[in-house]
Amino acid sequence: MRKEWPLWEVFVRTRNGLAHKHAGSVHAADARMALEAARDTYTRRMEGVSLWVVPSASITASDPSEAAALFEPAADKVYRHPTFYSIPDGVKNI
Amino acid sequence: MDSVFDHAIRLGDDALILGQRLSEWCGHAPMLEVDLALANIALDLTGQATLFLALAAEEEGRGRDADALAFRRDVLDFRNCLIVEQPNGDFAQTIARQFLFSNWQELLLAEIAEAPAPALAAIAAKAVKEVRYHVRYASEWVVRLGDGTQESRGRMSDGLDWMWRFVEELFDAVDGAASLRPAWEARIAATLRAAGLERPRPMRPILGGRKGHHSEHLGHLLCEMQFLQRTYPGATW
Repeated sequence: MRKEWPLWEVFVRTRNGLAHKHAGSVHAADARMALEAARDTYTRRMEGVSLWVVPSASITASDPSEAAALFEPAADKVYRHPTFYSIPDGVKNI
Repeated sequence: MDSVFDHAIRLGDDALILGQRLSEWCGHAPMLEVDLALANIALDLTGQATLFLALAAEEEGRGRDADALAFRRDVLDFRNCLIVEQPNGDFAQTIARQFLFSNWQELLLAEIAEAPAPALAAIAAKAVKEVRYHVRYASEWVVRLGDGTQESRGRMSDGLDWMWRFVEELFDAVDGAASLRPAWEARIAATLRAAGLERPRPMRPILGGRKGHHSEHLGHLLCEMQFLQRTYPGATW
């Protein structure tokens, strides 16, 4: 018999209008318990307005050993970064 | 007719003693997540105790503050109900205590929040939101354990049996709580049904906490809780 409860990934939306962000993980027997554990673990100091929990097993991750093939080619393609525009002074966030 | 002081000291002592009991789980719970949840509930209760005891001290007007009431009062002067001072036992027994008490506390605080005493009502209105979550947490576990394995079901049933004799005191004419009984019974029955658990058989109730007649457990709890202020009076940090 498996001793530990399955792992769940927790996503917290800190304010309305923002996206849910990964906050960490909890162990729980099912989704309901995971939500409660997430509430207790990650929103104790009023950090959130909404919570998602996802079984960690449902996440398909990229293989770290392929990182070079996946991500590095982007590094020397400066033309993919919008760095050649001059930004008007009034614009704060871009 | 009970004064605001009487109400505040009872509500404050209930929260203080149960908060202290629950915090004994800190570092010992079966899972990290459960450890955090119980500590959160304990902190909610300690916060409520601070507010209620500060109000009691103010009403009393003898120069004592909330800390003096919490840490420099003797066991006979405590007015908490007996269920909150009962030992944690196993996790199921702790959950049984929380389930029976929090359901009562939520109904009581909701009523006090609407009552004409404004200082009490303000604290109750703030606390009732916290207690609603305590009810939800404890009820979930009653169902999980009751509807779980043979082992968990047996433990949940034993925990309820242990705590049941202290239920009567909650409705013993104090704070007009007797009128809350039907609503409380309905809540308890609904959760027990979902858990597939029997209502414990009626047993001889044990009363007296409200008059300062406590079980031997409270003295031991106070020893630990009051040790620092007794040894180094007025110590701050």
